[in-house]
Amino acid sequence: MNARISLAEPARPACLCMTLLPMAAALAGLLWAAPAPAGSYPEAGRVLSIGGAVTEIVYALGQQDRLVARDTTSSFPPEAEALPDVGYMRALSAEGVLSVAPDLILSEESAGPPETIAVLKEAGIPFETIPDGTGEGGLIAKIEAVAEALGVPEAAEAPVARLQAELDALAALAGKTETRRVMFILTLQGGRVMAAGQDNEADTIIRMAGAVNAVQGIEGYKPLTDEAVTAAAPDVILMMHRGEATADLDATNDELAAVPALATTPAVKNGAVIRMDGLYLLGLGPRTGRAALDLHDAIYGGS
Amino acid sequence: MVALDAPRGRLAGDRRHLGRALAAWLTLLLLAVSVLSLGSGASGVSAAAVLTDWAAGRDLAEIDRVVLFDIRLPRLLSGVLVGAALAVSGAVMQGLFRNPLADPGLLGVSAGASLGAISAIVLGGLLPPSIAALAGWHLVPLAAFAGSWVAMIVLYGIATRQGRTSVATMLLAGIALAAMIAALSGLIIYRANDQQLRDLTFWGLGSLAGASWTKLGAAAPIILAALAVTPFLARGLNGLALGEAAAAHVGLRVQRVKAGAILSAAAATGAAVAISGGIGFVGIVVPHLLRLLAGPDHRWLLVNSGLLGASVLIAADMISRSVVAPAELPIGIVTAMIGGPFFLWVLLSNRRVLDA
Repeated sequence: MNARISLAEPARPACLCMTLLPMAAALAGLLWAAPAPAGSYPEAGRVLSIGGAVTEIVYALGQQDRLVARDTTSSFPPEAEALPDVGYMRALSAEGVLSVAPDLILSEESAGPPETIAVLKEAGIPFETIPDGTGEGGLIAKIEAVAEALGVPEAAEAPVARLQAELDALAALAGKTETRRVMFILTLQGGRVMAAGQDNEADTIIRMAGAVNAVQGIEGYKPLTDEAVTAAAPDVILMMHRGEATADLDATNDELAAVPALATTPAVKNGAVIRMDGLYLLGLGPRTGRAALDLHDAIYGGS
Repeated sequence: MVALDAPRGRLAGDRRHLGRALAAWLTLLLLAVSVLSLGSGASGVSAAAVLTDWAAGRDLAEIDRVVLFDIRLPRLLSGVLVGAALAVSGAVMQGLFRNPLADPGLLGVSAGASLGAISAIVLGGLLPPSIAALAGWHLVPLAAFAGSWVAMIVLYGIATRQGRTSVATMLLAGIALAAMIAALSGLIIYRANDQQLRDLTFWGLGSLAGASWTKLGAAAPIILAALAVTPFLARGLNGLALGEAAAAHVGLRVQRVKAGAILSAAAATGAAVAISGGIGFVGIVVPHLLRLLAGPDHRWLLVNSGLLGASVLIAADMISRSVVAPAELPIGIVTAMIGGPFFLWVLLSNRRVLDA
């Protein structure tokens, strides 16, 4: 991770408060709305895990021996990829899922299509939906929900404590330095910047890392006009490297500098470009606290 | 169906006996493929064993019951209906437009359906909860069906003046309408988040995975009614092959044939697309193959298209569920990947016939 950062930007303490407030509100909403897991299945020995974060949590809980299959989005840890793949989590096939003979299905909220989910529920296989926790409290709730469903609530203690410590460390770091403005670039296809606005994983992790998303006022990942890129003037550019083989090959610093709009930004001028593994950065799973700390260090040049 | 005034001997070029024989073979094929489809699946549940138990009145294991009666059977029936609807609509459209490349897409049906589906997927969340709850997960199929009808009715309205539908106007206006609808879809796609984009992509590739009794109950009456109309169009479409004026001179009620063809093809395709998403190629390949085998006479072409279309789709669905099991491949990929090269081979080996 190469993060060389200029200190030329004036502090923006107001921004932090403004982003924390809606975040706290969203968090409260999530905690209130999160449905309690309906059941606990300590005997389940053939668990199907649907959703990358859920699978990661099962491994973090040390319960991976009970897994029999996973979905396509479950690619971490690498051992998980050896399990049979029942397909993309939004396009599951009922018979495909039944064919791995699960006695418990753990699933993220967005699994689908609904017709398939309805058939699976009718088939009498316990189907536990794990709430989509995006905020900090949501992450912990997610781990606890998976542990509860697997009937091993005590196994959650260690990962939750670790996550909590990381979140505490982040909170302690907050406000100690000037707030930096980060632009997350999803792709740079043909020199067109596809950046993260609000309401997505990148925005969440940027805020967790104590920085501000330089792109405000749009939702999801959207192509930006050159002028908007210039106006956003990020101090730091954040990108994914997609696996070791292509590390840094997606868009090198030179390629970034070759885009005129990006060349004007402080981030490119100062070479403040951070590249992190996509799933680690955006997975919103048990490693997210660590990822946010790493990102914080990379942005602010900490330890 | 044999005309009373037909002479006893066979006239040169009369290939009706071929059509009849083909219909018998295709019926057998459909039955065979259906049995295979019912018996195969990722879960390894044996249809024969379950059906024997069921017939004997024994209690069925929950999984067996669900796999056979809630997954495979509705899926098989959806495949039959969708395949027949796509192939017959294709044949009807090719007859109406007198062009072997015509398909119901020319009626704006596909563009309209996809606009409906895209709107439902992306904007469905904006609906008031009471309405959203009412439609539930049927929102996408309902919207697709509504979209296909609105597009078709607008196009039909544009192309019809003083009770006469101009097929040429329809063709050109259809292109303009499709462009406008595509722009609207693009606008909505721009709003979509990543998850919705993935849903849209998968919808466009088609799948029978969402087959359920509820969907079948809604789509079956529409498709069956539309298919039931088509045999009555056969003579009219045969007449139209001479050109509209000539068809009118031999006493055909041309406008009635056109309206019947357009409405039935749009209804069948709209309902099929609503329950299965976009499945390409069946509507063009199947009628074409049958024309090469048994000639262009619509009296058998329409029936045989239905039979072969159903078989092809069920077979494609079997492949889509088995090649990447326990996951499954969108069926549109299978139909195009196998249908494309096969069609090309058929065309090239029949070059002389086509060029003649």
